[in-house]
This record gives sequence, structure tokens and C-alpha cells, in this order.
Amino acid sequence: MASIKLKINDKNYTVDVDPKMPLLWAIRDIVGLTGTKYGCGIAQCGACTVHLEGNPVRSCSIPAMAANNKNITTIEGLSADNSHPVQQAWIQEQVPQCGYCQSGQIMAATALLKKNPNPTDKDIDTAMQGHICRCGTYPRIRKAIKTASQLMGQKASVK
Amino acid sequence: MTIQNKVSRRNFIKVSGITGAALTLGLYTPTKGAELEVLKTDMAKNLGVELNAWISIDTAGKVTIMNHRAEMGQGAFQTVPQMIAEELEVDLDQVNIVFGIGNEKKYGSQITGGSSTVRSAYKHLLRMGASAREMLIQAAAKKWNVDSATCYAEKGNVIHKPSNKKFHYGELVEEASKLEMPKTVALKKIEDYKILRKPVHRQDTPLKTNGTAIFGMDKKLPGMLYAVIERNPRFVGKVKSFDDTETKKMPGVKHVFKVSVDVFSTKREGVAIVADSFWNALQGRKALKVEWDDTGFDHHSTEQLYAKMNDALKTKEGISYRTKGDAASALSKSSKKVEAVYETPYESHSCMEPLNCTADVKEDSAEIWGPIQAPGWIQDDLVKVLGMPKEKIIVNMTFLGGGFGRKAFFDYTQEAALISREIKGPVQVIWTREDDTLLGPFRPGMVYQCAGGLDEGGRISSYKFKMAGQNMDHQWPGASKDSYNGSTTEGFLESYFDSIPHFSFSDLPLDSPIPVMWWRSVYSSTNGFAYESFMDELATAAEKDPLEFRRQHLGEERYQLLINKLEEVSGWKSRKKNEGFGVAITECFSSIVGEVVKVSKKPDGKVKIDKVWAVMDCGWYVNPDIIRAQVEGSIIMALGAATKHATHFKDGKAVEKNFDTYKMVRITETPEIEVHIMDNDEKAGGVGEPGLPPFTPALTNAIFDLTGKRIRTLPFNLEEV
Repeated sequence: MASIKLKINDKNYTVDVDPKMPLLWAIRDIVGLTGTKYGCGIAQCGACTVHLEGNPVRSCSIPAMAANNKNITTIEGLSADNSHPVQQAWIQEQVPQCGYCQSGQIMAATALLKKNPNPTDKDIDTAMQGHICRCGTYPRIRKAIKTASQLMGQKASVK
Repeated sequence: MTIQNKVSRRNFIKVSGITGAALTLGLYTPTKGAELEVLKTDMAKNLGVELNAWISIDTAGKVTIMNHRAEMGQGAFQTVPQMIAEELEVDLDQVNIVFGIGNEKKYGSQITGGSSTVRSAYKHLLRMGASAREMLIQAAAKKWNVDSATCYAEKGNVIHKPSNKKFHYGELVEEASKLEMPKTVALKKIEDYKILRKPVHRQDTPLKTNGTAIFGMDKKLPGMLYAVIERNPRFVGKVKSFDDTETKKMPGVKHVFKVSVDVFSTKREGVAIVADSFWNALQGRKALKVEWDDTGFDHHSTEQLYAKMNDALKTKEGISYRTKGDAASALSKSSKKVEAVYETPYESHSCMEPLNCTADVKEDSAEIWGPIQAPGWIQDDLVKVLGMPKEKIIVNMTFLGGGFGRKAFFDYTQEAALISREIKGPVQVIWTREDDTLLGPFRPGMVYQCAGGLDEGGRISSYKFKMAGQNMDHQWPGASKDSYNGSTTEGFLESYFDSIPHFSFSDLPLDSPIPVMWWRSVYSSTNGFAYESFMDELATAAEKDPLEFRRQHLGEERYQLLINKLEEVSGWKSRKKNEGFGVAITECFSSIVGEVVKVSKKPDGKVKIDKVWAVMDCGWYVNPDIIRAQVEGSIIMALGAATKHATHFKDGKAVEKNFDTYKMVRITETPEIEVHIMDNDEKAGGVGEPGLPPFTPALTNAIFDLTGKRIRTLPFNLEEV
């Protein structure tokens, strides 16, 4: 067992867990933030994607220990009131069906747009290809990322 | 835990101030701040005065609508309330939506399968909304002492037209709840709809974009432990012995014991490891040593299964299901004869949310939470297994991270109940992705033998269809194995039965210990490939345009209109030389769907899908945007089963374990999809599944059009065509 300090969505948590426990299970079962999902456990589906120091990572395949003292953002940290432009775009384009993979999709899209505010179709496909959606919401994910890009542009120009 | 009828009478009266007489209707107390809670969780409480099984309104005017069906992505959470809200005259953003618990006495069937949520109950649900509206109008008229015909309802208010006086529903509900439900009630005309047939946003979307939607695995109970199970991968094999010495030394592990669960008429055996976290349970499982007893049944391989099916088709006629005239004799007399065999693979459902279930079994009662498609079946199963009366078994539906038929089965819920009973406390059983992919029940693999004859005019004179594969219905205890339920014809267009003079459909059920289950669109998902590939082969033999050939055989207006639409939107007539176009039309769950796929060659000579057009005729409908989403998703799921994944068997076990080998369609492989909906007022048909069957044959027909290569075995690699 190890005492690990996690800074999740600007809140500090100390968890006492098996240091090999993946970050996913520390977030879900110990900290109790269940928006991040378990899909495959082998970094194939992306449902568990969170931001570690701003970069999208597969929390199912990173030991909690590797996140010690680092900043983590989960879907809950994006915004609780759905005010983030990516969440807004997801609602506008009515992306989710079952919704299970969408936390991961949204976190990946957010990371993409941060690096590349105006992604091309190809940029979107490349950034999102690690994320599986069994419901097949891919056409709407493409649209929503474009919409989010526009919303973010508008927001930036207002500023 | 609080359920509706456990709300204390004293608390109820204190908060809502409604008289005791109304209590008999089954009332809930409105509590402030509970709104978001009930929206995102699985348990209804404190909702106000119940006007009927679906509608409660609190004294502040807040309307709650029950969704009694599973929400697994297909949109029941929206469509059920959307129907009721239209007739009730409320806006959806004024409404709380709550999952009803399993209670078939109250709601009727809650088995969410067969694309049945709208089509099985829409008139009833519309009447529920309209009756409640009428009761509220009556109550207002009585208060004002005016003729109810001078009053109307709008946006949660009743308005007296001459005086413009207004009551909100909360001011009327107490009075309304004492009125008799009207025996007959007028339903609104389509042209008067305000939200029905409009692409209004789903009310569950905001919960799914900020992490607050509660799926099965998100359910937490105080003191809950986590369980994983090492199950015999050969489905019906037994546990001979196990050594848990190392497991019990692992941190957090609390219990290790054998579990035996009903899977249709067989038992699936395994060893459960219960720990204080999923991760610790999993580590305990890794340390466990189990010896299996795998004697007394066939250890099938994929090759053996398909050899058996092919042999049966060559040597036997099978169980006849539906015949007209004399197909065999007409075939021998036909001027042209076509024969073909098609093979489709076993498939895993692979919902994004792996199976899981939370159970809290006590001495004399039990409660279950989970991603559940069939709460009633779970209650019935647990009545037998736990020996408790049905009313003592509460089944809560959370949001489902995909269902596709898999979560209508109740093996995973029985496991959770048995483990909770054993450990005398709440437990959540989680299947790993590997468990979920390896253990089924699977979509059954099928082999189809088709023969058809054409007359001199190039019309179908004879049609003979035989299918071999595992029959889902034959697995149940006591099932008769020499009868059939008609699945052989699922997916076939009704109009063909009229236009084809001689036909026969028969089935050769395959016996295997591999468990099989409904997979989105069930038999149509594979039948459709055989039917519509073969229809194309007949059209080719008749030297006719494939769309025109279908048009000639589908006489009824509804099919003709669909074909016209498909022709128009896809630009079928103006297709170019270097493009391959393929069409397929299937019918299942009372909806007809036609799809056209366009393919072309990339510079490297490989085939790519350029575009898919779909035309859905589901008759009367609720929400066009949900229909479009369902057809898009159905096409992508079909693309996966056609070109990406399959479950193989070796030595009696499934081979593919996870997404590294059971490969899913990715965004990069997703074609452009355009969906059109036929606008009519026919009886409502299904939406969640019927878009799936026509895609694969439309794709392979397009590939034939482009390359002259006929694909008869799935899956195939698009890169290698």
C-alpha cells in the first residue's frame, strides 16, 4: 500500500492504495468520481481518458502512483453545468446515445482543441481514432468538434 | 433506499398538504433539491401527486414523467416522455424524467427489445398524457365553475379562454387526482403536434456530457464490496476444484467461493472473489488456481460448427416454417436458376459498459441495480432462485452503457444476487472486458442456402431459403426442439410473399453448448445479408437493374414510395462508371429500411465507402433526430460485423478477448451517412434496430457493382477486396 496525493479538478485527495492500482480505479472507486469509465483495461477504447497535466491519458493503464502530486482533470472538472464549449457542442449536435464512452470522447476532443483550435477533418479523425463508440456516434463527434471549435473561436473573439 | 409507497404518510401530508383521500392514489412528497437527484439516479421518490402510472405533478407544478423502459442509447428516456408531454401540454424542459422500477402490473411489459418501446405502447402512452390533461382541465373548470369546453391546456397551465384566467397544474393536481380517468379521450392530430415529430433535444444528453449520468457500474451502496468471477470459459464446463491459498493472502480479499449460475437450461460454473475494491478482487483472481471439469460435451471449433451447418444444409430439408405453392417443382421448371450459400459469423455484443450488477439481498427481500433491459424477467428469475415473492424483489434500471440484446439476459443479475446472499451484504459484480467478450451469449453464426428461379420475363418464379444455425429459443428449459418461431423469415419484405408465386423457408437448428442471444436486429441482422445479396444475384441473372428488379417485385405503395425516395436521394440513376452502387431493403419490427451504399477505388486500388443513404419508413414516429441517430449507429454497427470483427471458437472456447483482437469500427473508418425518414401515419414501427440489416448487403452489392466480386462470407476485409 502507498499513500498517493492526487490533485483532481483542483481538489486534493490522499488515497491509500496498492501503488499498482490504475489511476482509473483510484478515481472511480476510491475518490468516487464515476464520470470516468472502464471500457477495456488495455488502453484500446479510450473510455477512461482523463487529462494528466493537461494531456489526455488512458487512466486504466497508468498506475495511480504515476499521478502522484500531479494535476488531473476528469469530465467532472470540465464543468458541472455543461458550460464548456465542447460540452455545449456535444449537446447542440446531440452526440451521445448510450453515453458511456462520451466522457472519454469529450476529454480527447478538449485536448485536441486546446492544441489545435481549428482542426481539419483529418486532424479530428487522427485525434479521435483511439476512442471506440459502439453506438456509432462518430459522425456527430466529427460535427461537434467543428462546432466546439467555432464556439471557442467566438468566445476568444469576444474576449 | 426509499420507494414510492414507503414514503411516510406523516411526511407526505406535512410537505404537500394533500388530503388523506388522495393518498390511496399512491402519492409522493415533493422535496426541494431532489430534482437533479431523481433525474440522474435510478430511484423515483417525492414526485408529487400521481395522476396515472406515468405522470406525477407536485403542488408547485413540477411534472414528473416515468420512463418505464431501459435507456441504452436508443432514446427511450426521451421518447416515452416526449409522447406523454405532447398530450399533457407541457414542455420537456419543464419535466423531470425518472426511471420506473420493474413493475409490469403498473407499466405493462418493460422488456426493452424488439425495438418495441414506441410501437408496442404509443397509443396507450398518448392516452395517458391526454387523460391527465383532461382531468386537469376538468378540475380547473370545476374550480371556476365554468364549462370545461371553454378551457384549454398549454405549457403546464389550464386557461379559461373567455376570461384568460389561469391555473398552473400544481394548483389543480390535488383536485384532478380525485377525478375518474376519462373513458375516452381525443388524441391530437399530427398537424397540431408541438414537440412530437420534432427534433427536440434529448433530456439525457446533459447528464452524459458532464459525467453525472449513473450507469450500472456507477452505483455505490454503503458497505458495498466488489466481486469478480473466474468462470469456466467452456460455457457448460464445471469447477472440479480450486486453490485459493494465495488469493486469500491478497490485500482486501474477503471471500472466495464457487458460484453456479443458470444460463438457459445449463449451468455456468465459476469461482467468485469478493474484495473491498474491484482492483483488489482482480488481483485475488489472478492468484487463484482453478481446475475445470470439461468432460461430457463438445469442444467445438469454428470450422467444426460451420462444417456441421453446411452438411445439414446439403443433406436435410429442415423444419419448414412458411411455404406457398411448390417451390421445388417450380424451381425445376424455371428458365433460369440461381443458387448461393452465405455465411455470417458469431458476434459478441461488446457493449461499451461491460456487464455488471449491484445486489443487496436480505433475509426476506432483495434489491438489484444495473444496466438492465428486462426487469420483469429478472424478478421472475430471482423469485425462483431466492425463493421470495415477486413484490419483495425490487429491480432498478440505471442508464445502460449499451445493451443490444445482451442485457436482456439475466445471468449477470443472478450472479450478483447469489453472491450478495452468500456474503450477506451489498455487492457489485463487475465483468472485465475479457469476461464480457469471451462468455457470450453471442449472436449465432449462420449459414444460408438460397435457390431461386426466374421466369422468361425475368421475374422470380420460385424461392427456396434454408438456414442453419443455433436457435435462440431452443436453449430454454423444456423448449421443443422440433418447432420453430418464424425467425427464418425475419427481415424479409412482406410484399415479396405476395409477389413470389412459390416459396419455402426452412430451418436447420444447430445443437451446441455455446450460448446465443438477441443481437441488435436479431435474425434480421444476418438473414438480411442472405436475402438481399441473393436478391441482387437474382437481379443480375435477370439482367435487370437491382433497384428496378426490387421495384417490380414490391407492389405495395409503401414500398414503391420508399424505393422512389431511395432512388432520388442517392442519385441512383445518375451514377458514374467508376462508382459502385448497391441497394438493399429489409423489414423488421414493423419498419422498412432501404439503404444505398456508394463505393469507389482509392488511388492504390483498394475499395472505399464513399457514402451511405438510408431511408427509414417506421410509420408514425416521435423524434426524427433520434431516428437519424439510430440509423447512423445501426449502419456503423453493421459495418463492424461486416468488415471488422467476429468471434471464433477453438477447443470449445471463444478466441477473441478484447478490442485488440475483436476490433471495432473507428472514426477513421466511418463513412458519410445521410438518413431520410418517410413521412406518413402508418402504424408505428421500431427504430433502434431496423436500420442495421440492409447495410451489409447494400455494401457487398455495391462492391459487386464496382468489381464484379461477390462476397458471400462475413466478415471480409475491405482492404483486401
